[in-house]
Amino acid sequence: MSEITLQVNGSQRKIDVPADTPLLWVLRDTLELTGTKFGCGAGLCGACTVHLDGEAVRSCMTPVSAATGKAITTIEGLSVAGSHPLQQAWIAEDVPQCGYCQSGQIMQAAALLSKTPHPSEQEVIDAMTGNLCRCGTYHRIRRAIQRAASGGGGQ
Amino acid sequence: MSPISRRDFLVAGAVAGTGLVLAFYVPHHGLHPVGEQVFAPNAYLHIAPDGKVTIVVARSEMGQGVRTSLPMILAEELDADWSQIAIQQAGASTLFGDQTTGGSASVRTTWDPMRQAGAAAREMLVAAAAQQWNVSAAECTTAKGFVVHAASNRRSSYGDLVERAANLPVPKEPKLKAASAYTLVGKSTPRIDTPSKTNGSAEFGIDFRMPGMKYAFLARCPVIGGKVASFDDAEARRVPGVTHVAKVGDSAVAVAADSVFAALQGRKVLKVTWDDGANKDLNTAAIFDVLRKAANDKGVPLQSAGDVSSAKGRRVEAAYETPMLAHAPMEPGNCFAHYLGTSCEVWAPTQVPQDVRDFVATAVGLKPENVHVNVTLLGGGFGRRLEHDYAVEAALVSKAINAPVKVMWTREDDMRFSTYRPPSVHHLSAVLDAQGSPVAYSHRLISPTISGQKGQPGDGGIDPDLKDEAAFLYLVPSLSVEYVAPPCAVPLGWLRSVYAAQMAFANESFLDELAVAAGKDPLQYRLHLLAEDREITYFDTKWRTDRLRGVLQLVADKSGWGSAPAAGRHRGIAAFGCFGTYAAEVVEITMQDGDPHVERVVVAVDCGQVINPNILEQQLHSAVIFGLSAALRGQITVEHGQIQEANFDTYPILRMNEVPAIETHFVDSHEAPTGIGEPPVPPLAPALCNAIYAATKKRIRKLPILNG
Repeated sequence: MSEITLQVNGSQRKIDVPADTPLLWVLRDTLELTGTKFGCGAGLCGACTVHLDGEAVRSCMTPVSAATGKAITTIEGLSVAGSHPLQQAWIAEDVPQCGYCQSGQIMQAAALLSKTPHPSEQEVIDAMTGNLCRCGTYHRIRRAIQRAASGGGGQ
Repeated sequence: MSPISRRDFLVAGAVAGTGLVLAFYVPHHGLHPVGEQVFAPNAYLHIAPDGKVTIVVARSEMGQGVRTSLPMILAEELDADWSQIAIQQAGASTLFGDQTTGGSASVRTTWDPMRQAGAAAREMLVAAAAQQWNVSAAECTTAKGFVVHAASNRRSSYGDLVERAANLPVPKEPKLKAASAYTLVGKSTPRIDTPSKTNGSAEFGIDFRMPGMKYAFLARCPVIGGKVASFDDAEARRVPGVTHVAKVGDSAVAVAADSVFAALQGRKVLKVTWDDGANKDLNTAAIFDVLRKAANDKGVPLQSAGDVSSAKGRRVEAAYETPMLAHAPMEPGNCFAHYLGTSCEVWAPTQVPQDVRDFVATAVGLKPENVHVNVTLLGGGFGRRLEHDYAVEAALVSKAINAPVKVMWTREDDMRFSTYRPPSVHHLSAVLDAQGSPVAYSHRLISPTISGQKGQPGDGGIDPDLKDEAAFLYLVPSLSVEYVAPPCAVPLGWLRSVYAAQMAFANESFLDELAVAAGKDPLQYRLHLLAEDREITYFDTKWRTDRLRGVLQLVADKSGWGSAPAAGRHRGIAAFGCFGTYAAEVVEITMQDGDPHVERVVVAVDCGQVINPNILEQQLHSAVIFGLSAALRGQITVEHGQIQEANFDTYPILRMNEVPAIETHFVDSHEAPTGIGEPPVPPLAPALCNAIYAATKKRIRKLPILNG
């Protein structure tokens, strides 16, 4: 065990876990931020996507030691009260079905828009193809991303 | 969201015995302060003095939208203000009948009770207002949570009428609205659960936690049916955080710890010697050999007409095969259990809370009424959560370690220790007359039975699911649909649309073969077989040829079937009826490097009265993509008695880059609502394979299409 300080959603959090613990389990079980989901444990589905210094990463494959000194953002910290344009667009398009993959989808999309504010359809597909949705919400995800990109938000 | 456990309702039942109308609600979880007067004329509804209407959902939310669509049905009859609605999830209860969420049944089985619950409450509120104003109830109207007496220009909110209404008798046969009066049902309405699913606050089973709770993973024998011979837990116990190692039943060893990671690490170094048992040499080829060899065994008749054996004409025959499949919901298996000696608390993402209650009770030696099952959100179900295995395991682990525990499954556990769609072989045969129309049609389904394997073979040896999923709806003079059910060692389960996908793949591919043999257009060939308006009674369902014809015509019109597709594009069509619903699809493809690329899918359904077109569209997209994942690449295989697929690399599901354009249409209908979660799945594979035939003249008779 080792004491580690993390910067999560703007706060300093001290934790005491083995350094090879995947960030996913630290977020979910130690810090009780359960919006980030466990899907595959192998970087194949994207349900566990969070941001490290603004980059989308798979927290199931990221040892907590690799996250020290970086700004970690989870779905709970993406915005104040769900106000991020993507979250508003997700509501406007009524995207989720079961909803389990959607935190990861939104975090992946947020990383895309922060770098590419007006992505083409192909850029959206390229960025989002690593995120699985078993319910098949892909079309509404694409619509919501384009809505947010065009400033539509919740309109 | 506060759950209502069975215990709450038992307490409430005692209150009901005192004769108060405040029957079914006890404010156990704090939505209303204790002692506050609440109007609760039935188990589905309570209204607070502040006007807040709480509707109880007694089915499980797994993405299909029941937490929105079921309350809409009640709110419509109540004339409630939809913006004032809150919902509560019921746990395992005795108040709602069968709470199983499956068989595309949630709307069709709650349509009547939810409407009656809303209508009865509305009548009582109107009566209360009429009494208060000393006017006739017939002069009062309702809208958006108010009773209105237009003649005297008076109105009163439902909240203000709660106290008076609570003292009135509950009408037994309340008057229901005509469909023409609907203001909510049939209108696209945003899902109630959407905001919580965009900010991380939605709580799934895997998110439930309790102070002091342990996390556990189980080591299970990789060979199907194998058992624990012995185990050495010395190294596992040395992993920091590991607190318990315990054998669970005959076939698993649990490693429990203070954290998920410690439990995983502990399981990794646990040494178990397995007794592989009888299945150690089982493989996929042997499983299918059993089916093929049983093809001519005596079958159980499902549907028959005339005499297929005496038909004369040109004979066409073909055999089809479908593989085993896994559900692979995004949320892997998990369940929380706390065995307390005389009771057990369970928090489960389950489609079967009552089964969980009953099987957990038996497993840990309690009475069912002492097992309290709370239903969380489900991160997908698709039939996997119709099983109670993971809940029973969790309860056994909690009892063994004497602590609250969340048993978790990795993705690999979830895929390799699931229950699987049965493998199937289909023998089809038809005799065509001089015009190419079938005068006789035979379909032999050879597939192990899910219910039979679970010890409930059904009346006459007919798996009960076949009664919803195997009807042949085209009119032929002689017909024989038969069923042979050889044994299978692989654990079997109900996967979205159950037997319908296999039946549709065989029937609708074979009809395409017959159309080709007859030199006819596949749509016209089908319409010809449906030309006469007829009712076909198949077990408990009365099917209608005009409704199947209707969805075929609709999908043909919307897809442009009558005109040639764009250059390089090819189309296939298929239709099927199951769970009371009619669905037809046209799949349009291009061929790229010899493989089909699905460009466009057009869907048309007739599911009677649509509750919420917004959710219907979601379900149609979902079913198309689910069907496409299965048709293109879905297969579970067995070698050396072990399931070979383990994660999304070996069991791929459709990603965004492969999703076709999807166009959805439904028949505007006021017939009673039928299912929609499953019926749009079955036509996808045959429509796609028929498109591939149109492109290549190659007939796909075995799924998946892309093998490897």
